[in-house]
Amino acid sequence: MSEHFEPRIVAFLCNWCAYAGADLAGTARMQYPPNVRLIRIMCTGRMNHGFILKTFEAGADGVLVAG
Amino acid sequence: MEQKPRSEKQAKGSEELKAGSEKQEAGNELSSCSPPPGKARTGVFVCHCGSNIAGLLDCEALAEYAAALPNVVYAKDNLYTCSASGIAQIQAAIREHGLTRVVVASCSPRTHMPLFKSACAEAGLNQYLFEMANIRDQCSWVHVQERDAARQKAMDLIRMAVAKAALLEPLEDIESSLVRKAMVLGAGVAGLSAASALADMGVEVLLVERETELGGLVRRLNRIGPSNEPAAEVLAMLLREVESASHVRLFPGTDLVGVSGVVGNYEISLKSKGGEETEETVGAIIVATGAVPFIPEGLFGFDGRKVITQIDLEERLRNGSPLEVKNIVMIQCVGARGPGRSYCSRICCLTAVKNALLIKSRDPNARVHILYRDIQMYGAENEKLLRDSRGAGVKFDIFDPAFPPVVKEGSVEFYQPLTGMTIETECDLAVLSTPLVAPEGSAATANLMRLPVDGNNFFMEAHAKLRPLDFATDGIFLAGTARFPATVREAVAQGLGAASRANTMLSKDRLVFSALVSYVTDRCDGCGLCLDVCPYHAITMEEFERDGRVFKKVRTDPILCKGCGVCEATCPKRGVLVHGFTPSQIRAQVDALLEALP
Repeated sequence: MSEHFEPRIVAFLCNWCAYAGADLAGTARMQYPPNVRLIRIMCTGRMNHGFILKTFEAGADGVLVAG
Repeated sequence: MEQKPRSEKQAKGSEELKAGSEKQEAGNELSSCSPPPGKARTGVFVCHCGSNIAGLLDCEALAEYAAALPNVVYAKDNLYTCSASGIAQIQAAIREHGLTRVVVASCSPRTHMPLFKSACAEAGLNQYLFEMANIRDQCSWVHVQERDAARQKAMDLIRMAVAKAALLEPLEDIESSLVRKAMVLGAGVAGLSAASALADMGVEVLLVERETELGGLVRRLNRIGPSNEPAAEVLAMLLREVESASHVRLFPGTDLVGVSGVVGNYEISLKSKGGEETEETVGAIIVATGAVPFIPEGLFGFDGRKVITQIDLEERLRNGSPLEVKNIVMIQCVGARGPGRSYCSRICCLTAVKNALLIKSRDPNARVHILYRDIQMYGAENEKLLRDSRGAGVKFDIFDPAFPPVVKEGSVEFYQPLTGMTIETECDLAVLSTPLVAPEGSAATANLMRLPVDGNNFFMEAHAKLRPLDFATDGIFLAGTARFPATVREAVAQGLGAASRANTMLSKDRLVFSALVSYVTDRCDGCGLCLDVCPYHAITMEEFERDGRVFKKVRTDPILCKGCGVCEATCPKRGVLVHGFTPSQIRAQVDALLEALP
């Protein structure tokens, strides 16, 4: 690990709220750290624990589920 | 709700979908996401969006980067991909390069996905083979100070979209027929307005009213504020419109006893008080079941004679006989804005002020005293009414709910917080302003149609501001005091609005739904875990026989399904998946992102 640990975060966002919120943050030009990658899903109800664990296993440092 | 295909085409469509997807997903594990690349030929279009993206990111370099990604056979940057020339470039590339997938890296799919999808379809590419990377709203706009990190993120987002695109499957929109009929439930002013508006637009209407007489609460009113029109005239006009419309069938004294089906084809069962049953299919339903005034049993000495409610007063004024009282005290917020019923009923202040003015205009020597907590007289006309009433000599006093007024024989005693004094005012008639409450049976009606109600049994709209007259369930709409206390004028406006909302749907030749919905795979063994979790009740259990044995399997209704994927998350064996968001497709995005880890 490098000295400056920069976590790689995978975010799963609900199409109807959190993803729309992320769009709105863009429209409002709100600035946030660029180390998050967003994946659109239709509902956070679609997430199960297996999915989150697999994402960690693939190498993510953090998983954000927002919806 | 009952599951059956609305049309042959739909039945055929869903069979095909099912067959296709079972092939695709068979043996696909979450952990082993080996993309079965049917040699996808992907084209990537990186949009400058003027300077919105290109101001921060080098779009030409991003297109070059995209060109080197797996399956990408063509990549190009455009000034505005959504412009006519941008669309033409996509369509030309589909033809010239034989593209089988298109990825646009630009703005949000929430706004521009439909445009690009239809552009693909026009060029002969199945619209579901399109994917977007959101590098504007979620990248260039939000990382203005971090050009390098933003470039890295844009590259990742494009790579993820390209990876997902390779796994997209061609799908067909789901179509269904619809019946150009509507049922309006409740024949108060909201329901009558809705029915008459729908009839005017050529829709056949079934107007169902539980009471034997049409008109609802307005039948009991005297005059309608703030305009002071006689309620009877307003109602008579609405009734004439509805009764003379050839498209409206009236069902007075009739209850709704059953609803099944989906938008465009709701099968309803009606039963009249006389036991007569009617079965009909309607395309849309408008719920306008109204509200009733709260009866303040045990409050402020309510007896219906000398202590009455505003609706009692309306009935007395309506009769036209003199009130034969000199001193009238009105008490606001009786049974409202307190424990048990915390809401403000919105219309009682207007009612009290309207009636106070009417009493003063009949008998200027009458003394009207209104005891209130807060005056709710929204709107310019209502405010004028309030000023007029003060000018006419109506007295107003605030009371503190902690020390409510006490109704005595011949007087009302109340504590005046401003002076700290307890005041006794003469009173021959006390009028209690009570809130509108949901009628008995509204929860059962809601249950019948699986519609949500709030803690007070008022129906809940899909969104208070953005979709105030819709339910979350397609094809069912809401108007009037069934939603929340409203004035007559507001209820009429809502009735007209709900009719318009219903007709936007009913005026179509056929209904088209997104194919990004759930489907059942071979792996389903009928355990039924997904049945209870489906928020749209789109899943049912089916039994079938094979080789003399009985098997179970679930069936999803592609029209009821909204593609949320809760079933997919619940199923322990990949028996039910959602098109466009399958485990392998999402997994491809995650893998594409993390494969570039140092």
